[in-house]
Amino acid sequence: MNNASLQASEMTGMALTMYRISTWFKSPKPYLMLFGVGFLLTIWYLFVEVWQLPRFEDMPGLTEVVTEYFSPDPIYGLSVYTPEYYQHIGISLRRIAYAFFLATVLGVPLGLFLGWSKKFHEFIFPLFEVLRPIPILAWVPLAIIMFSGSETPVIFLTFLASFFATTLNTMLGVQSIDESYTRAARCLGANGWQTFRHVIVPGAMPYIFTGLQISIGVAWFSLVAGEMVSGQFGLGYVINTAYTMVTYPTIVIGMITLGVTGFITSTMVRMAGDFMMQWRVRELALGDN
Amino acid sequence: MSATMNADTNSQKSVIKGAIRIEDVVKVYDPDGAAVMAVDHCSIDIPGGEICMIVGPSGCGKTTLLNAIAGFHGITSGEIYLDNELLCGPGKMQAEPGSDRIVVFQNGALFPWKSNLENVVFGPMMEGKLSKEVIYDKAIKMMADAGLGGTEHSFPGEVSSGLRRRVEIVRALMLEPKVLLFDEPYRALDSLTKSVMHEALLDIYYKNKVTIFFITHDLEEAIFLGHRLIIMSSRPCKPKKIVEVDIPHPRDYSVLTSPRFRELMEEAKGVVNEEAKKAFEAGEKEG
Repeated sequence: MNNASLQASEMTGMALTMYRISTWFKSPKPYLMLFGVGFLLTIWYLFVEVWQLPRFEDMPGLTEVVTEYFSPDPIYGLSVYTPEYYQHIGISLRRIAYAFFLATVLGVPLGLFLGWSKKFHEFIFPLFEVLRPIPILAWVPLAIIMFSGSETPVIFLTFLASFFATTLNTMLGVQSIDESYTRAARCLGANGWQTFRHVIVPGAMPYIFTGLQISIGVAWFSLVAGEMVSGQFGLGYVINTAYTMVTYPTIVIGMITLGVTGFITSTMVRMAGDFMMQWRVRELALGDN
Repeated sequence: MSATMNADTNSQKSVIKGAIRIEDVVKVYDPDGAAVMAVDHCSIDIPGGEICMIVGPSGCGKTTLLNAIAGFHGITSGEIYLDNELLCGPGKMQAEPGSDRIVVFQNGALFPWKSNLENVVFGPMMEGKLSKEVIYDKAIKMMADAGLGGTEHSFPGEVSSGLRRRVEIVRALMLEPKVLLFDEPYRALDSLTKSVMHEALLDIYYKNKVTIFFITHDLEEAIFLGHRLIIMSSRPCKPKKIVEVDIPHPRDYSVLTSPRFRELMEEAKGVVNEEAKKAFEAGEKEG
């Protein structure tokens, strides 16, 4: 073990976080990131407001969106000062939470069993593979017929996309486990259930969390699709109504909000994964020895 | 002194359990209807407490034999006994994997998601016969004995590959197995680490007498560690020549430069080279 890794393993919690933040600020990364964002905003500003290029002239401009976004008295009714804004975010987040939770509790065990049992795999997987490629939008009519109200169809659509991503990745995770591990467990006297609990589940964990990352991403994707079709609140609904009501700056406000909340939720999933797989974090930090 | 040592190990051998008797074992693989004979009427008798080195070219079917003893797959005919109890044979072609025969795998099979200590306690914890405190105390003591003190709470991925192998051997020894099955465990190690590992393995062996069934294609390793070398013919796998290594235990690295070691090397080398050549030619034909 070299010096740097010793130091890293001794620092924990707060000190380590502070250390990471300070090195991050010393690296070129945050400045490049700011430059990237600044570049996009400049292009937007120049194309729409300064040069007014063809096809861009009807688009909401940067200054228009920013003033609307941070106005205590917004012209089109939605800004960081209006309670409706947070209501829409809250409702979208609640739907995501329900759908993601359901997809995880059902998808992870299903994926584990699909990977673990050959018979179960043969029984379920073909069906699964036929349902999986059906685009979420194609499920919209059925979802509306099957579920009453406006809330459950949206949650169902969101759930569906997440569920397929989680299940498939979990199954691949089980299949990726080196046979030596299960053999070693049997050699050491573990029975089937113990092998499942101590080898299959933790062994599949890296893939499960990859699946959950994809799952939370596609959840937002299908949530917005669902909300546009059959929602009454939520960010997808905001964007769709803003379009029909010709309140263009609100569209962009909805989009930016989606981007930020989506980013925060994926980060949360990744952090949960790192927390649960300390072994992997520490192994990767050391590089391959 | 060497004579007394030899006599000592011999007298111990007779009381140590873990004698393996392989009788006329045949294993035929049948992928896509094309029968491939991996093991051909193979008979080997290993007394308890012996370090038996199985030497042969890569892909000759040595691992098939090991997997049959471990119970990872069945045999086509023949019998395998452990201390005169049938492991597999007519009526029960596949042995049940168990903690009396523990495998140390080619690429290592420590669970990377458990700390070294959690790996070492795995077997007894699954067994559930002893209390957690007793198991952990024993594990910490055994790890310290094997020079693994201080690595208990690291994950396997955080320690060197040499240490990982040592943890794996200690994990196996926790269950007091009769037989340790090594499947080319040091193949991926560099030669410096390898020589340290050889001495460490002998050290562990002198403290815990078990039968060691050790597969390798490295002759130097085989002669340095083994009481006996069984040189296998290439596919199908069958004992071709047995070399008794009469260099007394305990051994250390000075053995490597002794004249007797060189003589044994010469004796074995001819046979091994011939087989390796055959295997190579057979491989060319198949390709």
